[in-house]
Amino acid sequence: MKILVAIKRVVDYNVRVQVKPDGSGVAIDGVKMSINPFDEIAVEEALRIKEQGKADEVVVVTIGDDASQQQLRTAMAMGADRAILVNSEQAVQPLQAAQVLLKVIEKEQPGLVITGKQAIDDDNNQTPQMLATLWNRPQATFVSEIEFTDKGLQATREVDAGLQTIEVELPAVISTDLRLNEPRFVKLPDIMKAKKKPLETLAIDDLASERSNHRIEASQYEPPQPRQKGVMVESVEELVNMLKDKGLLS
Amino acid sequence: MSKVFILAEHNGDSINQSTAKVLTAAKQLNADTIDMVLFAPNVDLANELTQFEGVATVHVVTCDDNHDQLAASIAPTIADMAQGYSHVWGPSTTFGKDVMPRVAALMGVNQISDIMEVIDSNNYKRPIYAGNAIITVSTDSDHQVATVRTASYEADKTDGGSAEIKESSLETAAEHTSFVKLATGDSDRPDLQTAAKVISGGRGVGSKENFDMVFELADKIGAATGASRAAVDAGYVPNDMQVGQTGKIIAPDLYMCFGISGAIQHLTGIKDAGTIVAINKDADAPIFEVADIGLVGDLFKVIPEMTEKL
Repeated sequence: MKILVAIKRVVDYNVRVQVKPDGSGVAIDGVKMSINPFDEIAVEEALRIKEQGKADEVVVVTIGDDASQQQLRTAMAMGADRAILVNSEQAVQPLQAAQVLLKVIEKEQPGLVITGKQAIDDDNNQTPQMLATLWNRPQATFVSEIEFTDKGLQATREVDAGLQTIEVELPAVISTDLRLNEPRFVKLPDIMKAKKKPLETLAIDDLASERSNHRIEASQYEPPQPRQKGVMVESVEELVNMLKDKGLLS
Repeated sequence: MSKVFILAEHNGDSINQSTAKVLTAAKQLNADTIDMVLFAPNVDLANELTQFEGVATVHVVTCDDNHDQLAASIAPTIADMAQGYSHVWGPSTTFGKDVMPRVAALMGVNQISDIMEVIDSNNYKRPIYAGNAIITVSTDSDHQVATVRTASYEADKTDGGSAEIKESSLETAAEHTSFVKLATGDSDRPDLQTAAKVISGGRGVGSKENFDMVFELADKIGAATGASRAAVDAGYVPNDMQVGQTGKIIAPDLYMCFGISGAIQHLTGIKDAGTIVAINKDADAPIFEVADIGLVGDLFKVIPEMTEKL
């Protein structure tokens, strides 16, 4: 079985992004970029499945500009076998990303697609579900555990009420939650090795020339409303009295 | 003019409050019509929905074998029913997040995720970068598929509604997906997402056993309990207690947290709280930057003292 892992280059999760003063976007020039953390978990999971002998190839794909090669190389340093860059200068939105990834699926015929549940830049949480829909295959979103079965796989999903388990036939799309695994650290020799692994570049218009429009347009960026400065208290007694005065505790 | 179609959510024996919050947001569209759809094992659950003022029709689609919980099974029916509507909205809960993008894909549009403010029937505000930026978005689509960030809205409390119930049974159950089980934390405490008071613990609590102190204080004041990602990752408490960017986004009147340093991903989940109280032994912890009331202290002394004083 081949596993396709879709990743995205995003601002590193430790960076506190700032809105530009003119409200035209967020300032990301020169900040550290990384693989979206949920996608890194997806890469790790694919590698573990391969290491258990249940898959024979892990292919990573991303849609982005040339700089995204860096994240594909990192994924290959983790252990992915090869990479595909779908080159696009313009950022794609979830539906368009799903349409492009579907073309990659048609080409690669994977038995399983794993990707992060959301990218931590636009926080959309849409692409995996849309991809499963266009592909007409099952989805297991927000997954924290996978177990292969005769029928396909059982996925444990992190839902508001607790943990939901569903069973899906393969091929399927899985979107990862945080507790699925802890991604491995990349070692220097592996970074060297990853430089020799194949990285194929496809132009987005050659791959998926007809993509639906209906973009969501962003017109104005603003920082969140700051909370009013709080007060520090010195004792539990003072704290309790203050909360009682506010009517929050009785 | 706007016609709104809302995906309602139930939790097995009652309607989830997320539904009433989506309704509040939808009413800001000044829509001509607001209809709802509920997927459920039986029709009875829909009765609660007919009480909301302003809802015209409640479609109930009865489902066998828990297919009402499976996105692949219900999305095609929603997309089909929603053809005549300008706005197709669901809650930004794990249920809504699972289903609505499928609906959007079937209708050929991008989804607007996590609406936090309705400007007009084409323009909305939503958070990005874990809430570090707010963007105003618009769409030219005939079908605006969206999820509503429930923490941004009060639940609609109107009654006296007289919606008509239209019943059908699910015809789009997916064959490739089946429900196996749902494991829930059996707790008598208030629901984390709707509670007026929340007591929360972080890595500083130190162990699963130590969390009993947090639970005891919560029970004393009738609060729900939450946790930081660090506490969940460490195995102190189950995942359904996680508050933050990837956990639950909550807006209680009182949020009191112990031993939580305040990573931005956690702050995202609590910034709509009325009053944030932070207790941490590290005076430099970022949580104090957002706290309305802060106390530098040892939670192992503070919690018992509070429990005693209340």
